Amino acid sequence: MIDLNTIWFLLIGVLIIGYAILDGFDLGVGVIQLFTKDENERRININAVGPVWDGNEVWLLTGGGALFAAFPIVYATVFSGFYLAFMLLLLFLIFRAVSFEFRKFSETPAEKKRWDMAFALGSTVPALLYGVAIGNLMRGLPVKFVDGKIVSDITFLGLLNPFALLIGLTGFAMFVMHGAIYLTMKTTDQHQERMIKWANNSWIVFVSLYVISTVVSLFVAKYLFDGILKNPLFWILFLLLLGSMIYIPVGLKSRKFGWSFFASSAMITSVIGLLAVSLYPRLVPSSINLDEFSLTVYNASSTQYTLQTMLIIALIGMPIVIGYTIYIYRVFKGKVIITQDSY
Amino acid sequence: MDPLLLARLQFALTVGFHFLFPPLTIGLAWMLVIIEAIGWKKKDEVYAKIGKFFGKVLGLIFAVGVASGIVMEFQFGTNWSEYSKFVGDIFGAPLAAEGVFAFFLESTFLGLYILGRERVSKGVHWFSILMVAIGSTISAFWILVANSWQQTPAGYILQNNRAELVDFWAAVFNPSTLPRFFHTLGASMISGAFLMMGISAYWLIKKINFEIAIRSMRFAVIFGLIFSILEVFPFGHEHAKQVARTQPEKFAAIQGLYTTQEGAPLAIFAIPGTEPPKLHFPIEIPGLLSWLAFGDINAKIKGINEFPQDEIPPLFLTFVSYHNMVLLGIYFIFITILSFYLMRKNKLFENQKILKVLMYSTPLPLIASQLGWISAEVGRQPWIVYKLMKTKDAVSVTVGTGELIFSILMFIVIYILLLSIFLKLLFNWVKKGPEKIKVEVAQ
Repeated sequence: MIDLNTIWFLLIGVLIIGYAILDGFDLGVGVIQLFTKDENERRININAVGPVWDGNEVWLLTGGGALFAAFPIVYATVFSGFYLAFMLLLLFLIFRAVSFEFRKFSETPAEKKRWDMAFALGSTVPALLYGVAIGNLMRGLPVKFVDGKIVSDITFLGLLNPFALLIGLTGFAMFVMHGAIYLTMKTTDQHQERMIKWANNSWIVFVSLYVISTVVSLFVAKYLFDGILKNPLFWILFLLLLGSMIYIPVGLKSRKFGWSFFASSAMITSVIGLLAVSLYPRLVPSSINLDEFSLTVYNASSTQYTLQTMLIIALIGMPIVIGYTIYIYRVFKGKVIITQDSY
Repeated sequence: MDPLLLARLQFALTVGFHFLFPPLTIGLAWMLVIIEAIGWKKKDEVYAKIGKFFGKVLGLIFAVGVASGIVMEFQFGTNWSEYSKFVGDIFGAPLAAEGVFAFFLESTFLGLYILGRERVSKGVHWFSILMVAIGSTISAFWILVANSWQQTPAGYILQNNRAELVDFWAAVFNPSTLPRFFHTLGASMISGAFLMMGISAYWLIKKINFEIAIRSMRFAVIFGLIFSILEVFPFGHEHAKQVARTQPEKFAAIQGLYTTQEGAPLAIFAIPGTEPPKLHFPIEIPGLLSWLAFGDINAKIKGINEFPQDEIPPLFLTFVSYHNMVLLGIYFIFITILSFYLMRKNKLFENQKILKVLMYSTPLPLIASQLGWISAEVGRQPWIVYKLMKTKDAVSVTVGTGELIFSILMFIVIYILLLSIFLKLLFNWVKKGPEKIKVEVAQ
């Protein structure tokens, strides 16, 4: 039997994966927006994610709430430790959140362009910062227990290290690829051809960076690999990773864009899944003393009663959420159609 | 500067700014549920235009609400990490529940409501605004569960240096949850009504969109009238009675009752002085406070003098904000009754004076909400969780003065920018008006 703490580790993982798949593509679209010169194409890009981006971002908010509820010590330690980096992230997410409606209400092309750039930068910076945060987590954070209380000594400059930046770039390439593949489903003609090129190029960049990151991790965060080869979950996820990774360029070439997007989503699932398998049961590895001071699903969790109550909430709520999310995606399926209501 | 004070300032600033938008969202969404239903069922072109016009306004308001709301979800962790560790076992659950049951619902269906008009049937489209209204209301419920637990904690035990949940439903329906939920909901409805009244008044003053403006004005006045009355009685009254029972220090502070009295008077007006606590120039009605709070004009009510010096809230701010909120609440009843009366006499739509008053009254419910929020939150001080944890012990110890000054300045700049752009875009849209909007009613 797996215990409640482990179930919540899984559920937080599911929320992060949901966020990375769903908001992942609209972050990627935002990055591509930064390099899109043609105004019509920019309009199509923004409307490709317009009806769904807000629901996608809720995965992040709910993930934050769930982390608070299930592992409050992690929520408190990480967010206060990453203070300035987090404030910077919020700055960009705020401008991104208003960019859609503000664009719609703007009247001159110059104003509209300004909000296109708010969407673009508001996506580009977070797409990079998420990976940087994960990289720092993988390296381990300077946390320790003193008299049973958690003490951390995280500095802003300490967060900017080459390893974290490498992971940041890897994640960034992943989001760009995912966003480009999403756009292949939503665009036509020349615009679509360009997106296929974007998808293929970012695929190459991502795969190279992922291999480099894995090799570097062997030195920087060796503990992640301890005993992993004996874990059947690792092999399942690894095969899923290989399969989906290989399929993406094949699917793009045979113009099966829906399947390519599905493969890209599966790839994101396995990338995050593999990391989760290597981290478990740790949530925040301690760089001071990995075995003694790391925050784990056991020493950083809420009570069993709270975890159980929250599980009931998740089991009632999430199937409904997934149900109507699928419905909305079906309503907006297919190529972007610009109407008078569009952004 | 004191990091504690800075962290409190930042929280007040960010939550105060955020709290301008959700009440409008909730009120406007419910009004649109009715308006869109009339437009759809009765094939009424004017209502369809009102729906489409204010539907876009809702989108704009919602966007700023989302943007400022992201900050709130994480700020407990960034700035109040000691608090988060102490209450995480209880406080995180309603935030997560808000995400699962409310944020997904409102955000997902808002996309359909705003952008899907031409992709789904009229019935499904109406359903989407209903889901936005329900979602935003559930959101208010869970966030008030969390905040009410800070006011009147229940369903917990103190153990392992933290508050641990032992009874989920007792924590959810703690003594102040429902009174505060209804009171906040009423305020939201009034905020929505006054927005629509104000915009309609502007059109009537400018003599544009006349046909549409009289209908939206009529609807908003009736909606506003109903909720302005409900807001004071029973919602406000029940909430005040609950505070009197469960948080006597706060009650004494907001009412300006500085010495314990039998047959306590209701202070209608006064200027509170603090050292020693004393009301200057008071206008009081004897026995009324006792009667309102406990249904007996002779009931004994504890004054500020009963409580330890270090457990009483700031007296000036609580008294002033509470009394101005009440004053505004009475004004809302007065002005909506007057408008309703004039409307019945067919004298409202040309009455420039009263239309101007209505136009300038647009932000007043939001100001009343802010004042109410200040009395509720400042009235809880010095506690962050009433009688369990003091605010000074809750702040993040790792976040320094420099970081706080940076983030406060950042939020000030962003929020001034957002607010001014928001207002500019809203004003432009209002000036454009609903007349030229294309709608399809016959199907």
